[in-house]
Amino acid sequence: MLENLTQSFGKVLDRFRGPGKLSDEHIAEGLREVRRALLEADVHFKVARDFSKNVGERLKGEERLAGVTGSQQVIHAFHQELVALMQGKGEPANLPKNPGHPMVLLLAGLQGAGKTTTAAKLGLWLRKRQNRKVLLAACDLQRPAAVDQLVALGKQLDVDVHAETPGQPGVDPRSVAERALEAAKKGRYDALVVDSAGRLHVDEPLMAEIASVAEAVQPDATYLVLDSMTGQDAVESARSFSEHLDLFGVILTKLDGDARGGAALSVREVTGRPITFLGVGEKASDLEEFHAERLASRILDMGDVVSLVEKAQEVVDEEEAAQDYMKLMEGRFTFEDLLSQFRMLKKMGSMKKIFGMLPGAGKMSGLLDQVDDREIARMEAIVLSMTAAERLHPEIIDGRRRRRIARGSGMEVSDVNRLLQTFHAMQKQIKSLGRMMKGGGRSKKRLIKQLSRSGQLPPFAPPGRR
Amino acid sequence: MVLGKFRKGLERTRNRISQALKRLAGDQSAEISLEALEEILYTADVGPLAGELLEEVEKKYKKGDFSGTGEMPQFLRQRLSGLVQGPDDQAKPLSRADKGPSVILIVGVNGSGKTTSVAKLVHWYQSHGCQVLVAAGDTFRAAAVEQLTIWCQRLNTELIRAPHGADPAAVAHDAAEAALARKADVLIVDTAGRLHTQKNLMQELEKVSRVISRKIDGAPHEILLVLDATTGQNAVQQARRFQECVPVSGLILAKLDGTAKGGAVLSVGRELKLPVKFVGLGEQLDDFEVFNPQEFVDALLEPQEA
Repeated sequence: MLENLTQSFGKVLDRFRGPGKLSDEHIAEGLREVRRALLEADVHFKVARDFSKNVGERLKGEERLAGVTGSQQVIHAFHQELVALMQGKGEPANLPKNPGHPMVLLLAGLQGAGKTTTAAKLGLWLRKRQNRKVLLAACDLQRPAAVDQLVALGKQLDVDVHAETPGQPGVDPRSVAERALEAAKKGRYDALVVDSAGRLHVDEPLMAEIASVAEAVQPDATYLVLDSMTGQDAVESARSFSEHLDLFGVILTKLDGDARGGAALSVREVTGRPITFLGVGEKASDLEEFHAERLASRILDMGDVVSLVEKAQEVVDEEEAAQDYMKLMEGRFTFEDLLSQFRMLKKMGSMKKIFGMLPGAGKMSGLLDQVDDREIARMEAIVLSMTAAERLHPEIIDGRRRRRIARGSGMEVSDVNRLLQTFHAMQKQIKSLGRMMKGGGRSKKRLIKQLSRSGQLPPFAPPGRR
Repeated sequence: MVLGKFRKGLERTRNRISQALKRLAGDQSAEISLEALEEILYTADVGPLAGELLEEVEKKYKKGDFSGTGEMPQFLRQRLSGLVQGPDDQAKPLSRADKGPSVILIVGVNGSGKTTSVAKLVHWYQSHGCQVLVAAGDTFRAAAVEQLTIWCQRLNTELIRAPHGADPAAVAHDAAEAALARKADVLIVDTAGRLHTQKNLMQELEKVSRVISRKIDGAPHEILLVLDATTGQNAVQQARRFQECVPVSGLILAKLDGTAKGGAVLSVGRELKLPVKFVGLGEQLDDFEVFNPQEFVDALLEPQEA
């Protein structure tokens, strides 16, 4: 996910890491690269311009600081700016508590952004993560069979759907939404997710229509659903939707593709609203919570160990995950760890997704492209053909051992070599991350704090607990 | 394509760009002009290509090539319209089979506008007197078949469908047989949206195409990739990956009726030499026109007449 963006920044950072000391030329050259990377990533022209300017100023200020290396400075500056851009002013607000009423979430967005799929994903998320009784409201009466689609998804996920037949008298988006809210209250649902018709942001009547739906159901949170492949126009549509609706957050979809996702940065800037969720796959469970800090780290190619741990939490218990995490930080990463990762992976989902969260993933993305889920089984077979000593001390694996391992696992020696290469790359990145963490006691603490909180702090607070 | 309607779609774009071009044509220093041009190009999703164009323009400024007003915009128009191709024959944008049904396979990422484009294409063929058959190859997304069923009812055209979850290659096979049996002029095969990074789904597409080619000689006669005009630089990657998997023969640029400029299609055209066959310009069935590069760029850069 976001590999390309990460990769670009990786390249830029490598430039900075090289010379060691930062000159004005280096800053200027670096900034040109940053700006180009941002534009290639579909960050809006003006946002990219301001961003690189800010980074430049920050770098100049920090040059006078003693005791830090050039690359540390640059990483720090980039990180700060990226986080600032993604978060804007203020922390993501918590939802007001609303006892006795279902929490109402409204989804808005352009055609094809992924609203209906997201409505279903969000419904599942609310049920699984917040233990709510969820009702979905099918208010996209425009796209043929959009209502059928939500009904079918609801059936698949065992989430109730309020649906009415489009074209019947009295069946308009506002009335359907109102009746869905009534049904949610009567049925003692905890949450109502309202799907809406996709629209062009320049279509005034349709924008007025969704504003009227919002007025009728008084949503606790209105989300703008945004396709991560969107180009410069993301800024225009975000602006237009935020003029008509009181947006609470943004849901970024289709991040399992290779879009660089620069639109996320732009939209954050324009709406001032946080990105709250990420759609990362075809499965209904492929909805992730968004953390600016994490994305910034990912862009800086430091990987996202925290997010990895969070994802793993649903599978392994928290303490175990924390131990794994600390172990990773100390750089003691062995094939035994990789093996347990594989096993976790089987329960957790796509290989690529997990590797994408690991440090150094950007640089390995060429390799990642070749990895599919079936390869997990093959890689596992290779590791299983290793002796205990080989797993703990991979450096003893010589040519003869490679041949034996290949034979034992029914693979080619080249497959074994490839796995070893991947493993070494991961090991190296994890070690350097560990060193970095040791250097900065504060950031380590922050990461661990995040770790202990993850999963327990949903992006919004539940309404009154009964 | 009908210039009027097309222009209406691009009106906002044009207004903004013409304002910027007016600034360009004025007595400002080259640097200010270049800055304005930079903004025009980048905000139109022209992407990295914009950097190259800017360098060219800057060089020409330095050489004194742009002495008169309007010369620079003129240069740009020529340069841009050279990057993106339309169909060779405006009257006959799509290849046809010598005999038997012509098969058109529609592919694209999720939400790009495939199903709507299929409906519009059916309508376009019908208005040219063709008998059209449609295959509901999107058996993956919930209610995709229902969506196409509603369109086909409206269009009064036959739909070959299978239950949700069926093998799309089997649907394509049945549709090809039906097209032969009914002696249809055209068979349009819709497919499920797939992100070009999903290897197994891309392979499935290749299988659909193969099944069709076995059934009907020379088919599919066109494989059209539907691109969302609001997509940014990822469009190139999409086109590349789809082309690696099946021989894409052209593009449909959908959703060109908002403020999005569709500039990414210039990079797609340049990198992959894929012609744009049609543009989707609105919600109505006839908001669908054959692509003309000159008009596309003209509408984008607003000619002097205004």
